[in-house]
Amino acid sequence: MSYLVGSGLTRFGRLEGCNTLDLMTEAATAALIDAQLERGEIDGLICGYSTTMPHLMLATVFAEHFGIQPSYAHAVQVGGATGFAMVMLAHLLVSAGAAERILVVAGENRMTGQTRDAAIQTLAQTGHPQYEVPLGATIPAYYGLIASRYMWEHQVTEADFAELAVLMRRQSARHPGAQFREPISVDDVLSSRPIASPLKVLDCCPVSDGGCAFVIAREPSHGHPVRIRSARQIHTSQHVTAAPNLTHFGADRCSAQALTDAHRNLAEIEYAAIYDSFTVTLALLLEEIGLAKRGQAGAMARDGYFDRDGALPLNLHGGLLSYGHCGVAGAMAHLAEAHRQMTGRAEDRQVARAGVALLHGDGGVLSSHVSLVLEAA
Amino acid sequence: MRPDTDLEDWTVGIPRMVGQRCQACSACWLFRRGFCPQCGLTSPQAMSLAGAGTVHASTIVHRAPDDQFRAIAPYALVLVELDEGIRVMGHAPTGIAIGARVGVSFREIAGRLLPFFIHE
Repeated sequence: MSYLVGSGLTRFGRLEGCNTLDLMTEAATAALIDAQLERGEIDGLICGYSTTMPHLMLATVFAEHFGIQPSYAHAVQVGGATGFAMVMLAHLLVSAGAAERILVVAGENRMTGQTRDAAIQTLAQTGHPQYEVPLGATIPAYYGLIASRYMWEHQVTEADFAELAVLMRRQSARHPGAQFREPISVDDVLSSRPIASPLKVLDCCPVSDGGCAFVIAREPSHGHPVRIRSARQIHTSQHVTAAPNLTHFGADRCSAQALTDAHRNLAEIEYAAIYDSFTVTLALLLEEIGLAKRGQAGAMARDGYFDRDGALPLNLHGGLLSYGHCGVAGAMAHLAEAHRQMTGRAEDRQVARAGVALLHGDGGVLSSHVSLVLEAA
Repeated sequence: MRPDTDLEDWTVGIPRMVGQRCQACSACWLFRRGFCPQCGLTSPQAMSLAGAGTVHASTIVHRAPDDQFRAIAPYALVLVELDEGIRVMGHAPTGIAIGARVGVSFREIAGRLLPFFIHE
């Protein structure tokens, strides 16, 4: 048993002059305030990685910088799935008694800390070093390949994908921390600059600066507790060339196991937080998990199903597509928003009921999957 | 273990595609290793790939990763399901569609030898 008792989320976007440690510090400070805990009460630290500050021991570097001496600390690397994987680990560690209160933190100046080419090339290295990367492949290209297959198998159109970008922008309009808040239309998405067909620039998440942190505790005695009911992972393959199936990556098994562990089913989910690095990522995950019928995610988004006042509110902060994506903290923002929603503190984004939430993240090219089930305490 | 010259392919400048096959369980794969990833048996066989297959997925890359590829953008990348049962990535003409029958050729692209699939 464990509880998320505090979260801290910076705004995302162009945060000039902030480095990795600055952004981690800002988020960690906010999480501790939210958890009503002092630095000295933290006995565990799990942190992500930063492409602008590669280090063999980032957790220890941060512990020293932040001024804590935890009895457990290390970094975790699972690409975009890292944030939820760290939460899963913290959940297991406090449940096992290895620590009482664990700080989970990530931050990165991915936008201003390097050139755009450097960011694209670093991320492309998740591809195969001999058989994919040398061909001039990029992360959008890997996802473009998946999107092409998905459209072919499930009769999905580019306009269907575009609905999900429009949806995320509709959500981010209500969050002052989001990188992009101006409303967009399906036509705006369809006519935006091509990146890797069928994906246009508005089908792709931006590169951002930002940070996010959580405190995971064994007892709900501080802050704003939300219960972590279950957590599961699945890792099907690393490379898109080696993926067993380009439209089925294991998200269904992963989420189903997490729901079974929590004694819950999909119909009971009141709030969803699903990884959305590209519109196709969100469509595929929603549909594979079973939160939308195959090929229907775009139409459901258009009809308001995933809106704040819809049947299943989704990524109400705007997701990676509109809140922004700064690496590990990118998907952590999904959980920070779920935490706000489940503790009734989401201001004008607040949903009527968010008692049970399902979160799902992926890393690589739909390579690594993590599902979390949370319940209001 | 000494590298097996039978395994050398376009990644080291030799214009051919090579996979591997397990002599015990008949699994086959592209990324070379000294054992079968399915059953663990060592000493897999090199398997020359004819390069004929069906386009499984395709994308046209407009935003290239570096200057060399920017010079040839937009370019198409495809995943091809080879007749031998191995999936591979390659370049292709931008008009190529999923389901098309293709065969491999090798071209100098962005300063290196790369597989380029064309309609059979």
